[in-house]
Amino acid sequence: MSKVEMQSEKSEKKKEWEPKIIAFLCNWCSYAGADLAGVSRIQYPSNIRIVRVPCSGRINPYFIIKSLLRGWDGVVVSGCHPGDCHYVSGNLVARRRFAILQDLLNLFGIEPDRVTFMWSSASEGDRFANLIKKVTKNIKRLGPNKKFESTW
Amino acid sequence: MVIEDQNKEIEQLIRDVARKLLKEKEVDVILGYTKGTIPLTSLPIVIDKVEDVDKLIWNNLCYINLAKYLVPRIPTLMNEEGQKLKVGIVSKGCVGRALIHLSVEHQIDLENIKIIGIPCNGIINRKKIEDEIGEKEIFEISISGDNIVVKGEDVEQTLPFNEYMNELCKTCQVKSPPSLEGICVGECLENPIIEDDFSDLADFDSKTPEEKWEYIKSLLDTCTRCYACREVCPMCYCNLCFVDQNQPVWFGKTTAYSDIFTFHLIRAMHMAGRCVGCGACSSVCPIGIDLNLINRSLEKIAKERFNFTSGIDPETLHPMMAFDMEDEQEFMMEED
Repeated sequence: MSKVEMQSEKSEKKKEWEPKIIAFLCNWCSYAGADLAGVSRIQYPSNIRIVRVPCSGRINPYFIIKSLLRGWDGVVVSGCHPGDCHYVSGNLVARRRFAILQDLLNLFGIEPDRVTFMWSSASEGDRFANLIKKVTKNIKRLGPNKKFESTW
Repeated sequence: MVIEDQNKEIEQLIRDVARKLLKEKEVDVILGYTKGTIPLTSLPIVIDKVEDVDKLIWNNLCYINLAKYLVPRIPTLMNEEGQKLKVGIVSKGCVGRALIHLSVEHQIDLENIKIIGIPCNGIINRKKIEDEIGEKEIFEISISGDNIVVKGEDVEQTLPFNEYMNELCKTCQVKSPPSLEGICVGECLENPIIEDDFSDLADFDSKTPEEKWEYIKSLLDTCTRCYACREVCPMCYCNLCFVDQNQPVWFGKTTAYSDIFTFHLIRAMHMAGRCVGCGACSSVCPIGIDLNLINRSLEKIAKERFNFTSGIDPETLHPMMAFDMEDEQEFMMEED
């Protein structure tokens, strides 16, 4: 049993279960957006743990699957709006990949809300906070991710 | 025409074209099928002499996708000077599609290839026959009329061909390879138009996520991860497959369902929009897992999202090689 699972079980026993959500944010827009939400003192759930990546095109589907395998309750992937990518077309390439990944997760029977894709720019602190609120609500409704067991 | 006669006709076509190509020195070698060493199989064979042409056969067990032998990962067909040989390749529809798709991905050069097109009449589902016969050993399998005759250890059974055909072959609409100017010899399909409503998937698609999870789990649970499906797939030509990577180790090597799930999901991810639906992966599976459902769904995803069918047009890029500002993004989360 992985460390994350143990922790989430521990917190389950306490009062209310709080989901753990891993967020892959692109360096140029979404990470700055999250930063803006922070410095503007916008309240949003503390369930997300942020991983900063250079671009949403850097996100390999492995990252997302591995996160689910390791017991994260939800995965958020966020990048620049189409057309705003720092590397011109990274997010457009990523979008096709995400589209197929989303369809495949559905095919294999993972709940569609478990993995969320979104766009948010550096100036959209309140949008970022709103979307994270929505994601957290969705994942709370789904409950803990217990489908996978890691045996090694 | 009954299956038996069709097979004879196809075999004759292969031999005639192969003999002609070799005689006129249009190709250096012919890549085709020959009789397998054990029942229920066929083998690939490379022929470079006219005398050997009679070794080429066609039956309903030629499940291997010969395009696999032309991709760079397999030592390519070269002469002593290290120059690529001109290859004539016996192509049923899916081999032709695989060749076209590989040329889209710049893996093979169609100029070095002659496609010997044949009108494929379906491949037998080996697993289904083995299940039918049970524990008994099969000695010989032949086609008589429209039936499959299985002879084995104190058993002789006649099975209707239509019922024991691969599911993929039942929905297949590209029986002969799509025609390419100057490359196709034999029987090829002019302007194949694929109209598919994916009605065979409707049943599965209406399931809830929980039911889908259970269904796929029961389907894949027995997988031992021997990677036979990867080895036989013409689209799997990476020098280092993601499951063999060990720096970092992405995924576990166990046969726990989590690891099986990951392998099959990422395999599907890599196949999306590329699978040509030859069904070789299901045919070689030693456990008899039928990957048809996943492969058909991949076809459906590529068709519905990007209006793309692999291996039809050598000019169109496949969706994962391109991008478009106007792509659909209904799956992206928006504010309420």
